Amino acid sequence: MAVQLDARPPVVPAARHARQSRGHRLSRFDTRYSPYLYIAPFFLLFGVFGIYPLVYTGWVSLHDWDLLGAEHTFIGFDNYTQLMGDPDFWHSVVNTLGIFVISTVPQLLLALWLANLLNRQLRARTTWRMTVLIPNVTSTAAVAIVFAVLFGREFGMINWLLDHVGVDAIDWKANRVASWVAISTMVDWRWTGYNALIFLAAMQAIPRDLYESASIDGAGRSRQFWSITVPLLKPTIIFAVIISTIGGLQLFTEPRLFNSGTNAIRGGPLRESQTVTMYMFENAFAPHYNFGYGSAVAWLLFALIAVVAAINVLILRRLGGVRKEDD
Amino acid sequence: MPRIWSAGRLTYLALTLTAILSVFPIYWMFVVASRTSDAMGQVPPPVTPGGNLGANIARLFANTDAYFLTGLINSAIVAFTVTVSVVFFSTLAGFAFAKLRFRGRNALLLVIVATMMVPTQLGVIPLYLLMTKLNWNDRLPAVIVPALVTGFGVFMMRQYAGQAVSTELIEAARVDGCNTARIYWNVVLPALRPAAAVLGLLTFMTTWNDFLWPYAVLNDPENPTVQLSLRALSDGYYQDMSQVFTGTAIATLPLLLVFVVFGRQIIGGIMEGAVKA
Repeated sequence: MAVQLDARPPVVPAARHARQSRGHRLSRFDTRYSPYLYIAPFFLLFGVFGIYPLVYTGWVSLHDWDLLGAEHTFIGFDNYTQLMGDPDFWHSVVNTLGIFVISTVPQLLLALWLANLLNRQLRARTTWRMTVLIPNVTSTAAVAIVFAVLFGREFGMINWLLDHVGVDAIDWKANRVASWVAISTMVDWRWTGYNALIFLAAMQAIPRDLYESASIDGAGRSRQFWSITVPLLKPTIIFAVIISTIGGLQLFTEPRLFNSGTNAIRGGPLRESQTVTMYMFENAFAPHYNFGYGSAVAWLLFALIAVVAAINVLILRRLGGVRKEDD
Repeated sequence: MPRIWSAGRLTYLALTLTAILSVFPIYWMFVVASRTSDAMGQVPPPVTPGGNLGANIARLFANTDAYFLTGLINSAIVAFTVTVSVVFFSTLAGFAFAKLRFRGRNALLLVIVATMMVPTQLGVIPLYLLMTKLNWNDRLPAVIVPALVTGFGVFMMRQYAGQAVSTELIEAARVDGCNTARIYWNVVLPALRPAAAVLGLLTFMTTWNDFLWPYAVLNDPENPTVQLSLRALSDGYYQDMSQVFTGTAIATLPLLLVFVVFGRQIIGGIMEGAVKA
């Protein structure tokens, strides 16, 4: 019905009387310009505090620019050249990618599995959904602090539990890979339920008769899951992967608060868990206040996110294609 | 109904395990917050609440390094202002994009969608320089003003307004002589209320939670947001875990309350958004 109405001429032409009343002129002015007025606040504020800083980061990164120096000398791509040979930067890139892989892969698989469980006929449906979403609505900083204690070397509950199955105490902060695992655990704890609800929403949009005909053809539960659910969920999975890539590669709060004390922004004395965003902070703010160098880190991080997101989408596309041929 | 939709005992068992893992860290946070600080070294670790919560709260608010009360008040001011603003500007712009005709509408909408994909956090350094110029460093406007609008909010309201606001009603109001502002206020806003409420809740929680930008720009330890108070507690008082955990528990409490009351709407919002996006 609304569609039919839309087919009418968009604006009722104003009556062409010789004398146009003031009211008419006002109303024409209103219909023509008020849309711009309504979207202006967004574009003004976002332009000044969103777009401008992003572009300006590029400009700053081409300068020798720090807190104290009055002159900001243009140095071209020197900051980038220096970064390319900066072992601490590459160390933080490896940390970030390591944490990203360890957290995202199990997270999305678990979320798929959980969504599949939630998609069944459950009693107290809403309660289950709320329970899996609870981790997502807690304070990130608070959770990071709690998990840092759970992963404590001497009194941490995780080590206490591991001790029961015969695993020696792990020094989660001092061991590089162990610190990645601990931080990934926090990220997964927070985001698995959220992604499960996203997948669940997409699963519920799949027509049920697809499954009915598949079970008549003798396809079992897991066969149906991999041959119907997962392929039809592909757009949602790609969406979730892109969002996780953007968020995961910028990881900051969790690793920052997993560490504490003087070396916190370095991710531990040997930079065991320093992410790229933490490295950007270390350089751009206390203690160095080297804005130029920090901005170069920011741009390279941006490039890294774009590259990893593109690779992920390509991999997912290919995986889906192969699966279809297999079946 | 085919067998695959039925939920057997194993389904409930798996869900129960997931639920325990989801809730336990939060529960344990409250356990430690209610005990004395030697709860940390006990073997096996205590898993039931103690009776020391009041004393811990008193110690926390008296702590001269964390400025916890200031942090709570500041976070409340910031989250409230940002929420009202985001909801207002998003419904306004979402209405314009969904229901009003103007030149450049599709191109501008595309710009908004594109901004959602760009990690704006990467602009923190120039934003910091800008705040220094405006003399907003260490002050609340530095964390409020950049958050007053979000592309996500505009897009969400645009999607919802497209189906929830009746075009006939808008045209009828126009014929009756309503100007666009009256139409927004009397026709559009009431129709958008359910989605606007979800947007408000999500915005409140995100803003309350924000750590990175306040951490960059609010360097005065006497004027923190509550998340920065937590950082001060965690960096300085690592041995006194019951006090630190009292802080984390109190900082989490408003979020949990919002979730307990409005959880159903929040879940609906997240799931609907997923299908539309």
